[in-house]
Amino acid sequence: MRRFSWFNATSLTLGFAFLYLPMVILIVYSFNASELVTVWAGFSTRWYGELLRDEAFLDAAWVTLQVAVASSTIATVLGTMAAHVMVRAGRFWGRTLFSGMIYAPLVMPEVITGLSLLLLFINIGLDRGILTIILAHTTFSMCYVSVVVSARLVSFDRALEEAALDLGCSPFEAFRLVTLPIILPAVISGWLLAFTLSLDDLVIASFTAGPSATTLPIKIFSSIRLGVSPEINALSTILIAVVAVGVITASLVSKRSAIRQAEEERAAVRAEG
Amino acid sequence: MAQPSPQQVFAPWEDPSETPLIEFRGVTKRFGDFTAIDDISLSIFRREFFALLGPSGCGKTTLMRMLAGFETPSEGDILLDRQDIAPVPPNKRAVNMMFQSYALFPHLSVWENIAFGLKRDRLPKDEIAARVTEMLRLTRLEKFARRKPHQISGGQRQRVALARSLAKAPKLLLLDEPLGALDKKLRQDTQFELMDIQEKTGTTFVIVTHDQEEAMTVASRVAVMDEGRLVQVATPDVIYETPASVYVADFIGDVNLLEGRATPVPEAGEGRVDLAWAEGQPPIRATTDRAFDKGQQAWFAIRPEKVTITPGRPDEAANAVKGRILDIAYLGNISTYHVELPTGHVVKAQTANTRRIARRAFTWEDEVWLSWTATAGVLLEG
Repeated sequence: MRRFSWFNATSLTLGFAFLYLPMVILIVYSFNASELVTVWAGFSTRWYGELLRDEAFLDAAWVTLQVAVASSTIATVLGTMAAHVMVRAGRFWGRTLFSGMIYAPLVMPEVITGLSLLLLFINIGLDRGILTIILAHTTFSMCYVSVVVSARLVSFDRALEEAALDLGCSPFEAFRLVTLPIILPAVISGWLLAFTLSLDDLVIASFTAGPSATTLPIKIFSSIRLGVSPEINALSTILIAVVAVGVITASLVSKRSAIRQAEEERAAVRAEG
Repeated sequence: MAQPSPQQVFAPWEDPSETPLIEFRGVTKRFGDFTAIDDISLSIFRREFFALLGPSGCGKTTLMRMLAGFETPSEGDILLDRQDIAPVPPNKRAVNMMFQSYALFPHLSVWENIAFGLKRDRLPKDEIAARVTEMLRLTRLEKFARRKPHQISGGQRQRVALARSLAKAPKLLLLDEPLGALDKKLRQDTQFELMDIQEKTGTTFVIVTHDQEEAMTVASRVAVMDEGRLVQVATPDVIYETPASVYVADFIGDVNLLEGRATPVPEAGEGRVDLAWAEGQPPIRATTDRAFDKGQQAWFAIRPEKVTITPGRPDEAANAVKGRILDIAYLGNISTYHVELPTGHVVKAQTANTRRIARRAFTWEDEVWLSWTATAGVLLEG
């Protein structure tokens, strides 16, 4: 093995420090007993308790969760349908325009997306609240789902769908019974992506949220303006923990199933030989 | 070869009272400017094992996909049991297909893969189970029923694909290069297995292949295709012995082709034609059922195994030429001699190695005589 050089060790430390030091500080201070964010006064879980009693935060968290689940689910359905059409329909007039339009929101500045949605909702007289946030989040996360799912569909063996049709499936049954189960991992990652995007969106949500509904990012951002409270640290720590557990579980599950599949394939080859 | 005994020759294509299971009537298929199928008319009969043979891009797969319903003809009709099937979608056709990639559903077990089509027909559960068990037994897969496709070997996957496409007892089974992914030994075993299963189930099989040996082995009739057209449709022996064109002769097996000018000599016997093929050489004496004009350009095609190689001039040969051995290809059971004639032509002659190699009569640079009878080859127009 090559020796780990002094230079490499330094760059690694600097790089990780750059990425994770802010989060470490945030997590450490969430266990601070003091009310002042910058002064350490011993270990305590006091702020987690406070957080659980804070109605406004809990409300915002509940709204955020509802918005994230609803918008990511709708976005997954729409995005998967769009991907299926773009990959499967072959060439038709205006195909390039359509696919461009599906992917355009990826590069559209969020401020513009938010503003245009706000104008739309005002024009059609829709009161801003949880429904408008869901609609807005669906709009922009749908294209992310579509990108993830169409990447999977491109490598999908078309003969599988044809075999399903050949064996008596209607086109919808072929999709439900064959295509969907096989591309499900991609659909789930699309959903997770949409869910995370919705969870931490601040810009679009602040355009489309109304007095009746506030999401967690808006709540955090607005309370920061009144000064950072240790409660926010606690809340952020919980969010980091949730995301970390989710990501690690997902990667472990997919890695383990890949290993199992490889082992079974080797066993099949051995049995044949 | 799949030839039934002479008492009960299976040849519905020669019986005018027989109605074909499939009938192509002037079918043309275009993709944009490209004509994949060019005005094909063809009948395929019940219980036939019909092979579509040709190089890649000849349109054989397109022809099969039209039967499955994945492509519709641009012109012409396709009749299945006298019914036009153009408006029938693939899921409503009594036709099943075995895909080249097998297209097994990776998320379903072998059992569920085979049951898939039966479940779509909403059959009662015990009936499905009975049918799947029957199919597993037919393809010797009982032990693997609960495995997933990635847990079994290539040969087993091939059998699952076959079982799945046979489970619904289709009127017609389409096989798209079914053995392409198997190695040679397994492929040969599987060819016989396929013929066996076809006979047991009595299903009509249409197989697409680019492997002429495979087509000759399994098929009752072979259709040779080239650039979207049928070049010849006949039984394997007819295709091999009397190819309709130079293309077919060259595509199927090994052949010597000699070009020349034909001269009919009716006084020497019925169908006798002489071919002047090189200056200073006697004309090739051939018999043909085709009519040739005097001086018409023609090709004489003869298989290497029909050319006899001898050290001296044979006494009673209709055709004999002298040459020099250029090359010997030793294949174990047979040897192919490449013999160069004084005219520069190289003719291949094949002999069975019935003796040990040390006792072989000829070697490189030997002067030898090649001879063949008047009926050993065919005369083709090109």
